[in-house]
Amino acid sequence: MQGVACLRGGRLLFEGLDLVLAPGAAALVEGPNGAGKSSLIRVAAGLLRAAAGTVSRGEAALADEHLALDERQPLQRALAFWVRDAAPGLAAMGLAPLAAVPVRMLSTGQRKRAALARVIAAGAPLWLLDEPGNGLDADGLRQLEAAMAAHRAGGGAILAATHQPLALPDAQRLVLA
Amino acid sequence: MTGLVLRELRLALAGGAAALPLIFFLLVATLFPFAIGPDGALLARAGGGALWTAALLAALLPVDRLVEPDRAAGVLDQLHLKGFGEETIALAKLLGHWLSFGPPLMLAALPAAALLKLPAETLWRLELGLAIGTPGLAALGVGVGALTAGLRRSGALAGLLLLPLAVPVLIFGAGYLERGNGSGALQLLGAVSLLLVAGAPFAAGAAIRAGRD
Repeated sequence: MQGVACLRGGRLLFEGLDLVLAPGAAALVEGPNGAGKSSLIRVAAGLLRAAAGTVSRGEAALADEHLALDERQPLQRALAFWVRDAAPGLAAMGLAPLAAVPVRMLSTGQRKRAALARVIAAGAPLWLLDEPGNGLDADGLRQLEAAMAAHRAGGGAILAATHQPLALPDAQRLVLA
Repeated sequence: MTGLVLRELRLALAGGAAALPLIFFLLVATLFPFAIGPDGALLARAGGGALWTAALLAALLPVDRLVEPDRAAGVLDQLHLKGFGEETIALAKLLGHWLSFGPPLMLAALPAAALLKLPAETLWRLELGLAIGTPGLAALGVGVGALTAGLRRSGALAGLLLLPLAVPVLIFGAGYLERGNGSGALQLLGAVSLLLVAGAPFAAGAAIRAGRD
């Protein structure tokens, strides 16, 4: 990202934002509600057009507030629409026992875990995480942090937006005002 | 792409969503004789046009489930990240929607034609017209569904957008029933349908992109 600016509804959220994520690197986007954290993630994902600046990235996987899984299908099958092998993601987020449960039966925290399981199983080098810790219990948070550490150790990069404390050692901090 | 089409088809068949337009179509065919009386000759003359109108209205029913649920659930966003263009997504939706709408409607036209005492020749023309016209109606459904996705009470607006655009399909489809192909109605129906099928993915793709802002 170079010199990225974002306009939403005629309001300038941020401008002149530069960010480079090398393999193994991570960046943590922080700021109060409405500062543009989610917008920054969506700009990075290519879902929002930046008002100025350029964004280039490799393959990426996104976990945001939307689950995007077929509610009627069992979790494993719903995930299998998106990723070739859902098992590593399910195992990493402790969802393996729920693989046969229909998505609509999952609780808020379990749905968040499922969204993260898709990102983990996607095998993309860049993870875009919007409030990944929302709704997760202490156990889930630990599993998420372990998965993120493993992803970075394997040469992956992470861009995460959060207002909760999230253990991302040596992450760059981007504070949006 | 094949996976996307199959997913559309699965969603349409799950929970009987695809049956709704068919039941509606048959219901209209049942109501029509009640409304204009049991005069066989009159029914046979007016029935074909009534069935085309019913097909048009039936095409309106699935519009709100074509794009909006995927937009709201973030499926369109995830597909974008998977590298699918919005036009490709719209084309897959068009194909999947037509498969769950066109051929079943042609099948439902058989009992409907019997209810209206349509002569065999008219039935044959109706089936041919539906085969050519329903892809255009399915394309309109996807295009209008994408345009109205995310709006509140989009149903009424979808009707106002879709029905005027579907008028040429109705005119040429019903015209072919009446006069045969002397005036080239079938070719014109094909041209309109082709235009709609060719244009809808681009319009729907642009609408999906614009809907993210």
